[in-house]
Amino acid sequence: MTHGRSKAGSLAGGNDAGDACNGSEEQLLRCTADNWCVINDGTAPPTIVMGVSGRVSELVKIQAVLQDQVPVVRRFSGGGTVIVDQGTVFVTVICNKAAVAGLQPFPRDIMSWSGQLYGKVFDRFGEFHLRENDYAFSHRKFGGNAQSITKNRWVHHTSFLWDYDVKNMDYLKIPKRAPEYRLARNHTDFLCRMKEYMPSRSIFTDGVIMALGEHFSVQPTDLQTVLSDDEEFVPSTKLLSQHDLEEIVYSKESLRV
Amino acid sequence: MAASSRLLWASRAAAYLRISTFPRAFSTVLKDLKYADTHEWVKVEGDSATVGITDHAQDHLGDVVYVELPEVGVSVSQGKNFGAVESVKATSDINSPVSGEVVEVNEKLSEEPGLVNASPYEKGWIIKVKLSDSGELNSLMDDEKYSKFCEEEDNH
Repeated sequence: MTHGRSKAGSLAGGNDAGDACNGSEEQLLRCTADNWCVINDGTAPPTIVMGVSGRVSELVKIQAVLQDQVPVVRRFSGGGTVIVDQGTVFVTVICNKAAVAGLQPFPRDIMSWSGQLYGKVFDRFGEFHLRENDYAFSHRKFGGNAQSITKNRWVHHTSFLWDYDVKNMDYLKIPKRAPEYRLARNHTDFLCRMKEYMPSRSIFTDGVIMALGEHFSVQPTDLQTVLSDDEEFVPSTKLLSQHDLEEIVYSKESLRV
Repeated sequence: MAASSRLLWASRAAAYLRISTFPRAFSTVLKDLKYADTHEWVKVEGDSATVGITDHAQDHLGDVVYVELPEVGVSVSQGKNFGAVESVKATSDINSPVSGEVVEVNEKLSEEPGLVNASPYEKGWIIKVKLSDSGELNSLMDDEKYSKFCEEEDNH
């Protein structure tokens, strides 16, 4: 498409903490009318990020998290639990419903579109697949997705494992709801590192912007200049406090916080 | 049975069951309901309305694993989101087709979110609303218009 392409701003989010990153995306989704691609290259400190409905006690080893003071964020989109760190690259696409002609705002339709987009980025580096809802080289996952769909806009965000610290995976339990292709494999056997397939992070991020350029007219912008101090907007993205986590540990039922 | 007789039988059965029929296998659309272009349905009885998502929506969403329900007593506005469903790693807003006050929510959905898929027009209802403006119903689609709308969306 070279005529009448939608515009998309590309934002380098820097090295934001998990809750700041997700909160900004939620604000871009709900408070702006533009299309965006946000690339956040690394998160410090290592942070657990959960989907909107995840039960903390089922997905996270709370005692270890409390002991080591690992931040836990509940994001506004669906999907599973990840632990993100300096080796994680977040890429988020936020679009108006009409930005991609013929694309219905439902999860599998959006995932199919994004799978084709990322196929262009990754095909030459490995046997790339959209497996159920994950991005994988062969049968090993390197990208997990989550989405949020509103009346006229949608967000598709991916946490890409450029690299990961296997010790961090110990904070997570193996989820009950897992993709079939996981076949009960532990984290080490199920995941792979993108750095073993691609020469550099910048080749990856440049590739994403180039692939987007086939659908959109892309203009780089700074995140801080885009986000206004909108005091009325209250994100649902939430950093769980120590108190929240302790309540879950001591409660007989699973609380949703 | 000859094809024409089968079609006639199907049409009569559908009319009896108050279901609209179409030449191809489309999602179920019920007569006597009104529909929003964001795929919610509303059943009005006096100044009381029951709201849910349509068969088209649940089919496109995939297995619903979580329903975010509003509190009883909150206000809803036509076209604005009041809750969400989660399916296939996505949260999708549910938008109210009517304005008013939420008088009841379907608590069963907390334990059985799959009711939205299995029975979108009956057991999978989401909220009941006391209407504040029944005139808003005129801006919603009837079953025929909604069916055409879904057909156009799927064929796009």
